[in-house]
Amino acid sequence: MLGRQKMPEQDPKVRRANFNEVALGFTQEQAIEEAKRCLQCKKPKCVEGCPVEVRIPDFIKYVAAGDFDRAIKEIKTVNALPAICGRVCPQETQCEASCILGKKGEPVSVGRLERFVSDNEQESQIPKKPGSKGKKVAVVGSGPAGLTAAADLARMGYSVTIFEALHEAGGVLTYGIPEFRLPKDIVRAEVEYVKKLGVTLLLDSVIGKIDTVDELLCDFDAVFLGTGAGLPVFLNIDGENLNGVYSANEFLTRVNLMKSYKFPDYDTPIKKGKHVVVVGGGNVAMDSARCALRLGADEVTIVYRRSEEEMPARAEEIEHAKEEGIKFRLLTNPIRLNGDAKNWVNDIECINMYLCEPDESGRCKPMPLTGSEHRIETDVVIIAIGTSPNPLVPRTTSGLEISKRGTIIAKENGQTSKKGVYAGGDAVTGSATVISAMGAGKIAARAIDEYLKSN
Amino acid sequence: MPFKILNKQELVPTIHLMDVSAPRIARKAQPGQFVILRIDGTGERIPLTIADFDRKKGTITMIFQAMGKTTTQLSTLRKGDELMDFIGPLGNPAHIENEGTVILVGGGVGVAPVFPQARAFKEAGNKVISIIGARSANLLLWEDRMRDVSDELFITTDDGTKGHHGFVTDIVKKILESRTKVDRVIAIGPPVMMRAVAGVTKPFNVKTIVSLNSIMVDGTGMCGACRVLVGNETKFACVDGPEFDAHLVDFTLLMNRLAIYQAEEKISFEKYKCEREGCKC
Repeated sequence: MLGRQKMPEQDPKVRRANFNEVALGFTQEQAIEEAKRCLQCKKPKCVEGCPVEVRIPDFIKYVAAGDFDRAIKEIKTVNALPAICGRVCPQETQCEASCILGKKGEPVSVGRLERFVSDNEQESQIPKKPGSKGKKVAVVGSGPAGLTAAADLARMGYSVTIFEALHEAGGVLTYGIPEFRLPKDIVRAEVEYVKKLGVTLLLDSVIGKIDTVDELLCDFDAVFLGTGAGLPVFLNIDGENLNGVYSANEFLTRVNLMKSYKFPDYDTPIKKGKHVVVVGGGNVAMDSARCALRLGADEVTIVYRRSEEEMPARAEEIEHAKEEGIKFRLLTNPIRLNGDAKNWVNDIECINMYLCEPDESGRCKPMPLTGSEHRIETDVVIIAIGTSPNPLVPRTTSGLEISKRGTIIAKENGQTSKKGVYAGGDAVTGSATVISAMGAGKIAARAIDEYLKSN
Repeated sequence: MPFKILNKQELVPTIHLMDVSAPRIARKAQPGQFVILRIDGTGERIPLTIADFDRKKGTITMIFQAMGKTTTQLSTLRKGDELMDFIGPLGNPAHIENEGTVILVGGGVGVAPVFPQARAFKEAGNKVISIIGARSANLLLWEDRMRDVSDELFITTDDGTKGHHGFVTDIVKKILESRTKVDRVIAIGPPVMMRAVAGVTKPFNVKTIVSLNSIMVDGTGMCGACRVLVGNETKFACVDGPEFDAHLVDFTLLMNRLAIYQAEEKISFEKYKCEREGCKC
């Protein structure tokens, strides 16, 4: 059996100094060859693994036949953001994980094919607008959950308005994921597609401030909350307020949303750092480290308290980071940040860790190794140990139940404790993946449809 | 969704007033809150305190000092020009109740955000004593407006060209020592001034509120750039503030953090001046 097609990538030595996309995408020939590997299973397992229910073998069949137009049309009947999914979905744990070919060899590159047909689309076809249902839905947040819910509701015939707090749509796709992994032109194009489905997008609109959810319910028949997990979590150790210490959210927002890598052509500054230390082991930590490298740091070190096996980042991202020369100091935990007289960070004091029995999360619990305290010299530290939901909406909405972790409490279908209000994505689950947020948006859209039909 | 500038004037040298049409924000704005604006597609997001608002006309008034690249660029805009982004009202409204006697201190451009609070405290039935200060008489802001909403108004200038020759803190101290019962002090201005006011009121145990102008990016609690230490706890000025108990604020940290981008601010400003006036280098 033939192995999968290799997707061309920028050389690590070159790409570590630019923000251009790392993965370059299949050629037409490669896409067709790869698509031909698909067994066209009668009962496709891959579809079950897709949170947004893309009929994978159907679109792959069209790719194999060279009919790329029909392939993308097929995907877009259910997924409004395929160029994004093809790039940032963890396919290895979803569709591709259940591919029969993967049992003995390598699974079909579903993600790369999805990316290929999206990028290859000449002009996006807009499906005929359905008859209006005469009801209005407000969507709070234009991240993956909000965009998906909005697109699906618009396709059902609802009049949908998205309220976005920032000056650009996309949520984490825009402020969080860097250009070299997800080009912002791609995000913009997919947002445009959602607008073409009939969705109104209001930027610069901070719900909880300019309008509350209660006020939205005066003008709209239902509200979907896709407010994400935008609140940075800090380590709560001494020295975190020193100059040069960033939350990953701030660092990435400056780089991605504000384009500070183009400073001074863009006005927003950023501290580039000579030796940057990133604390954390998730995708956000990898993104931060790789951005710091591209900004021109001499050395970038990831400090993580467990071992590589427990790292929540995608294997591909860890691999890419290593190829680019990011250093990893595993089983290392920060205990203090030390600064100079002018409040600038000088070094990060760490302690070595060892792993003992697995804890409730199933991962081995790291324990400190007494006497192993040491310092790593640094001038920029980025804390990437997770985020929690932003309290702005919960604090200003009457009768909305919130968990102790600050997440919005919602049923499987997204229904919250407040009538007519649904929620999904990181705002409900805490920080997770783009695709799980999209899946939640899709499910909530269906529940909102049911609710509006019976009210 | 651009936001139109309806009025723009230079009140005193380097200090400008701008009215922006933003009906959705004006509808909700309260004293003590701020907006974040971005001039154009390559611009940075900067927070500015709301100096006034007109719900009927749908306008927000800001007063700012042209100091760096963005504020200088902002000062060159005119009536009819547009701002690309205008976001608000952000932060918590000032806590305004009938306290009894309230001293409002405004230093430099800080007089602007003090004004709507003075007006609101007056309307709430307080005795309002206002102290406004500037480096020099020609830089004094909104004296008339402040007089209209104050029971007593004191003026100080660093160089003695008008009013008391000295600092606003001299007057605060004098009032507190004169045994007039003061129930609350609000101080808005440069961090050094706010720290000095806090130092003066502390021994008298008078509740003192300051408005912190930390560096911000999103202004919605997302980035943590604006973190300040209040009573030894880390707070975000954008969502937990911008007003805090002055006696609990770590002003040294605030000032250190305000200096983070000094070098970059200079580069940005030099580049801007070069492009505007032609490079002399």
